[in-house]
Amino acid sequence: MLVLEQVDAHYGKSHVLHGVSIEVRAGEVVGLLGRNGVGKTTTLKAIMGMARRSAGRITFEGRDLQGVPPHGLAGLGIAWVPEERRIFRLLTVLENLRTGLDRSGITPPRREALLEKVYAYFPILRERRNQPGGTLSGGEQQMLAIARAMMLEPKIILLDEPTEGLMPRMVAQIQEIVHALHRDGVAILLVEQNVPLTLDAAERVYIMEKGAVRHHASSAELRADQRVIHEYLGV
Amino acid sequence: MSATPAARPRPLAVEYWIGFAVVVVLLVVAPLVLPPFWQRFATEILIWGLLAMSSDILIGYTGMVSFGHSAFFGLGMYGAAAALLTVKPPSLGLAALYGLVAAGVAAVFVAYFATRLREIYFSISTLVFSQIFYVIIFTWTEVTGGENGLTFSQPRLALLGLWSDRFTPTTFHWFVLTVVVISYLLVRRITQSPFGKVLQSIRENEPRTRAIGYPVERYKMVAVMLSGLFAGLAGVLYAIQNKFAAPDFVFFVVSGEVVIFNVMGGMGTLVGPFAGAAFFLLLREGLSRFLTEYYLIPLGIIFIIMIIFLPQGLLGFLRRRLNA
Amino acid sequence: MDQVLVQTLHGLVNGMVLAMVASGLTLIFGIMDIVNFAHGDLLMLGAFVGASVLGVTGNYWLALLAASIAIAALGAILQITTLRPLIGRDPLTTILATFGLSLVMQKYALWQWGPSVRRISEPVPGDFTLFHIQYPWYRIATAVLAGLILAGLWLFLKYGKYGIWIRATTQDRVMAQAMGIPVPLVYTAVFAIGSAMAAASGVLFGPFAGVTQTMGFDFTLRAFIVVVVGGMGNLGGSILASIFVSLLESYAAIVVSPAQAVIVSFVVLVLTMLFRPTGLFVPTPK
Repeated sequence: MLVLEQVDAHYGKSHVLHGVSIEVRAGEVVGLLGRNGVGKTTTLKAIMGMARRSAGRITFEGRDLQGVPPHGLAGLGIAWVPEERRIFRLLTVLENLRTGLDRSGITPPRREALLEKVYAYFPILRERRNQPGGTLSGGEQQMLAIARAMMLEPKIILLDEPTEGLMPRMVAQIQEIVHALHRDGVAILLVEQNVPLTLDAAERVYIMEKGAVRHHASSAELRADQRVIHEYLGV
Repeated sequence: MSATPAARPRPLAVEYWIGFAVVVVLLVVAPLVLPPFWQRFATEILIWGLLAMSSDILIGYTGMVSFGHSAFFGLGMYGAAAALLTVKPPSLGLAALYGLVAAGVAAVFVAYFATRLREIYFSISTLVFSQIFYVIIFTWTEVTGGENGLTFSQPRLALLGLWSDRFTPTTFHWFVLTVVVISYLLVRRITQSPFGKVLQSIRENEPRTRAIGYPVERYKMVAVMLSGLFAGLAGVLYAIQNKFAAPDFVFFVVSGEVVIFNVMGGMGTLVGPFAGAAFFLLLREGLSRFLTEYYLIPLGIIFIIMIIFLPQGLLGFLRRRLNA
Repeated sequence: MDQVLVQTLHGLVNGMVLAMVASGLTLIFGIMDIVNFAHGDLLMLGAFVGASVLGVTGNYWLALLAASIAIAALGAILQITTLRPLIGRDPLTTILATFGLSLVMQKYALWQWGPSVRRISEPVPGDFTLFHIQYPWYRIATAVLAGLILAGLWLFLKYGKYGIWIRATTQDRVMAQAMGIPVPLVYTAVFAIGSAMAAASGVLFGPFAGVTQTMGFDFTLRAFIVVVVGGMGNLGGSILASIFVSLLESYAAIVVSPAQAVIVSFVVLVLTMLFRPTGLFVPTPK
């Protein structure tokens, strides 16, 4: 469904990605592992049209993303949960959700249903729905960021280091969410440094180093042979 | 064919000096061949070019956009006027001195306050300062003649008491040309010096320059002062040429036009402002023949189109080579 | 004492008109980082259009509406043709481009409407008496109307779907785009709204002093000052600052001439920039 073929990308003046090829099929959870600075986030940014591409193709459901304006990706079914979460701090929780909920073609019953569903996953958001986003704790903001993406009813969510800086209890909650989304049939490209969580949630994993994909295997294989993980991530 | 290292622009040297000499010779010859109107026009281009060049020190080299040059220009004018009205017989040197001091004081004032502010706040505050000066000059009628300005007679060209003579338009043109050429060479020397390099580094990346340890505020202040002095000099020359000083020249639109000259001609080149002034003034002359005072409509549109499609201005392509 | 009272009323009324102008400017700056030098000239063109429509129809309210719509359209066109190509470039270029627009607009107004001063007659006749003074009703009406329009703007921003779009885009353009918000359209819409508000201010202000091609600059300058003092991008701040600065100027006009009273606002600006650059009415960022 989402295919990156031999993508070279630049961020600012640096040439960050070299010939990256990644594929995520419909409904799949795919992991993207690697140390800090190897280009995982840049890969997501390249998909979102935020990094300058000098080679390669990125297609979604067969359609080349090259000419698509940045605000067109949500309509195609691609949702992004960035590393820094990027909650609209001065908007309330509900208003944050509405940035995804207020789409053309969505009926009021559908809206209600979506909201209810998300509140069911994240009860704390219902409680805080009229509070400004900036007053939420880190973990709550992460949940809001994911909930906001869910408002788009996406086909794929680009999830960038959702557990970074979170307490173990929250990490477990995120893990639950990823499973739930998977059950719903949403594909996920999961960028993470948390290896156990990634191996648990994802079916396949790509490992990156220095801007290129160095290894690609199923999580089962990686769990069986820990050496690969050890080599690229040192854990 | 051997591989050449990655392009560092070759400094201009010979071609530059030849080009420079050609232009100067043309300007020297100009008043002898041109009819009186264009003669005067050429002199005006030089004066406005000098003003625009002074602004380029800030915009092109230090990265600070000033909308306040009308204040320095105007104060140079009024300062010269003060000398020429109060001290008899009217003395050229004194006019220059008064004008430069007036502009210099204003520059210190602006420098002190404005350099503490970043970017857009700096620009707005220079605009505000120039308006403050405008209001003072406009309303302090007893001293400045208010709306009507001041008129006075032209001083004689006097060389150290040895010989003095009245200006003719031709000799005045040569006088202005001399002043402008010397100013240009001086400013060029300054921008090529280590001081100038620091200014450029401030323009490129101010936080980094500061982090390296340069007292950025002090450099900025000196840049503003230099800029203000040369702008004041232009004002002195203008006053002497036209024998009047008027508040219109202190109004912010003049500052805006100066910035236009810079952008049209090419920022950071020092010669660009002259080209920009010439281009603008020639266009204005040409367009106002057909359109009278509405010349600004097409001229403004040309300006806007240049910003969008030719942001480096007419001579901007020379910038890297001139400043290597 | 009467003087003080009159000047207070002047300050409040002028402050409300200025607040309308400044809110457009601060919205535009807050969302797309554009310092719109031509803002006052949009006001000026709005006043001229209003005067013309008033001359033809005799209806002030129609004039107000027509001017707002016409200038909103003009603003949208200008943004699309001139400012959109400059997105992402050095902020200097937009200052220069809007400066260029300002010059063109002023001369265009001169060409279209000629040099004589246009009149917009008062929509509401008569004075009212407060203690010992007489104060024109229409000025009060102007202030009230400005207040209503500002309240309408505030409600629109707070509650509408498009209000959320605008606020989200202002806070984080990239994330807004990622959520599917058509940011280029939002930019144009905000510029159009700002233009409409400027135009409306022009028609409201028309009866105060007549309509001339150069009336815009004063407003642009004051609006800049107020936007900085109120905190750039801060709507509430610019409204408060407008009233604050206008009151100060009005009081100053008791002692010095009105032309010189404007220096007061300059001084406030400089002090704000030096000591509280994020804005006088903005809590200091932690």
